[in-house]
Amino acid sequence: MTATDAAAIARTAITPPSRKSRVWAPAWMRRHNLQLWIGAGMLGLMVLAAIFAPLIAPHDPTTPDAAHALLPVSADHLFGTDNLGRDIFSRVVYGARSDLTIAIVAVVAPFVIGLAFGIVSGYFGGWFDSIMMRLADIVTAFPFFILVIALVFLMGNGALSIFIAITCVSWVAYARLVRGEAMVLRNKEFVAACQASGISTIGILVRHFVPNVVSQAIVYAMSDIVMNVGVIVTLSYLGLGITPPTPDWGSMMAGGQQFLAGGFYGMTLFPAGAVIWTSLALSFLGDGLTHQLRIDR
Amino acid sequence: MAEVDEAGAPVASSAQPPSADAPLLRCSDVNISFSQRGSKQRLHAVRNASLEVGPADIVGLVGESGSGKSTLARAIVGLQRIDSGAVEFEGRRLGHTRTAEDRRGIQMIFQDPFGSLDPRMKIRSALAEIIRRHTSLRGKQIDTRCAELMDMVQLPRTILSSRPAGMSGGQRQRVAIARALSINPRLLVADEPVAALDVSVQAGIVNLLSDLRREVGLSILFISHDLSIVRTLCDSVNVIYRGDIVETRPCAELFDDPRSDYTRTLLSAIPRLNGPRTEGLAQGQSLGVRRR
Ligand SMILES: Nc1ncnc2c1ncn2[C@@H]1O[C@H](COP(=O)(O)OP(=O)(O)OP(=O)(O)O)[C@@H](O)[C@H]1O
Ligand SMILES: [Mg+2]
Repeated sequence: MTATDAAAIARTAITPPSRKSRVWAPAWMRRHNLQLWIGAGMLGLMVLAAIFAPLIAPHDPTTPDAAHALLPVSADHLFGTDNLGRDIFSRVVYGARSDLTIAIVAVVAPFVIGLAFGIVSGYFGGWFDSIMMRLADIVTAFPFFILVIALVFLMGNGALSIFIAITCVSWVAYARLVRGEAMVLRNKEFVAACQASGISTIGILVRHFVPNVVSQAIVYAMSDIVMNVGVIVTLSYLGLGITPPTPDWGSMMAGGQQFLAGGFYGMTLFPAGAVIWTSLALSFLGDGLTHQLRIDR
Repeated sequence: MAEVDEAGAPVASSAQPPSADAPLLRCSDVNISFSQRGSKQRLHAVRNASLEVGPADIVGLVGESGSGKSTLARAIVGLQRIDSGAVEFEGRRLGHTRTAEDRRGIQMIFQDPFGSLDPRMKIRSALAEIIRRHTSLRGKQIDTRCAELMDMVQLPRTILSSRPAGMSGGQRQRVAIARALSINPRLLVADEPVAALDVSVQAGIVNLLSDLRREVGLSILFISHDLSIVRTLCDSVNVIYRGDIVETRPCAELFDDPRSDYTRTLLSAIPRLNGPRTEGLAQGQSLGVRRR
């Protein structure tokens, strides 16, 4: 190599790889990992609303009151009222209860199932892995929404069948993700060191594999909750999900649609806002967590 | 090093003594091969290797890079399947699948200190894990034991509550040594245990190993590039060359009167103090030179 070659190489500007982000955020926000805190704060507000719905909601969310239908925004009705005279603000708050509960519960079950299957599959390989991967292939052969809708259709409306349908479909993503990580871990020397020193396989999987793969799964879970909110809202919008009169953002938006033409935007706009707020919160949180976990590593 | 056996862990001397003439570890005609990508021929990493480690013996295993030292070590601790031959420990033949009991007696220090510790596990938990597995120590006793082990490998006790992430290679390697010694194994397989350490710490570890042999009768299979350490520490030396053990001799004898050509080449490559290094080995076979 000549001196000029070396000099040219030395002069080449090397830029660090950019961090991919699901939500756009200004640099100053990323620098302090404000996304994490803003996301947590936004989600926290929504969760608090869900938990303390009876204290926060000024009106009963389900009792119709024909005399006060389609009222505009006012101090008494923060978001106005719907066509049956129910307070939209109270319904949005109670909607957080039903939608968030299913969204979160329906992330825990696939998370746990996927984590367990993925670790076992990645560590042992062999026939268990083959079966699991074929099963995963079958599930992913169908578009996500179509499969969930079909399953809910088979099992009937309601929170339980949404939960089961989502679990059946979305464990696969966790299992795939975790399996990949576990296959990398399997070849690490510290795993060999544990085996050589007589640590049991269960011990290795629980104490070494779980902590090493769980952070990736948690980051994914954040976007998975967003997806679940979308699924629940969509199903309810289609009339397949949470059944009226239980308040839910999807069915509220569906119900408000026909009044849009008449200029009554509130019935659709406010629940839609709630969906966007929650999704944004979770996306921020997911990005923030990715960042945080990468620093800690 | 009396503190090593105080804690109630199984101690080397409390183990069933092997019959007088039987060695603690005997490898006979061990063959290990790997399939190679893009070639039908298998790579023979270890060929008909036989070696013995007696009770309270420190036996060296030296050879250039890629000669099969680590592979043989992994076979001894049951991490690597052998094609043929036998690994016997205390007169009992050990297969590839081993019980916790089998594994307790032989512990290994790995060559790469950056890979051999779980990056997410605190040092205390890493030590506690193995102590809990193999001894009756619990709770506070484990903490005491961990603290003793840190003193033994000359690390500050505060390191117990940190993770390997921020630690230097030398610190990690000492943690690995503490881990291997935490349950008082009867045989320690040490794969380049001091290669990552600076000279002053090296001396401390070498002294520690030799003290452990003298005081609790620990047997050691000591794998090293550094022939000067082998010379001070080992009783006998096995020279391995491309998977073959070409010479097994008492240490003093081997250094004074090497028989095989390869051993002679190897010895001539020891760097002399204040002198130019003799050209003995090809590039990449650096002996006694820290590679990191
Ligand atoms: N898992 C494996 N798969 C395929 N080949 C392997 C594997 N492990 C080791 N080998 C090969 O076996 C040979 C011996 O390797 P080994 O690691 O035992 O050498 P070594 O003597 O420990 O060298 P070093 O001093 O550099 O650590 C090498 O040629 C290596 O490429
Ligand atoms: Mg090696």
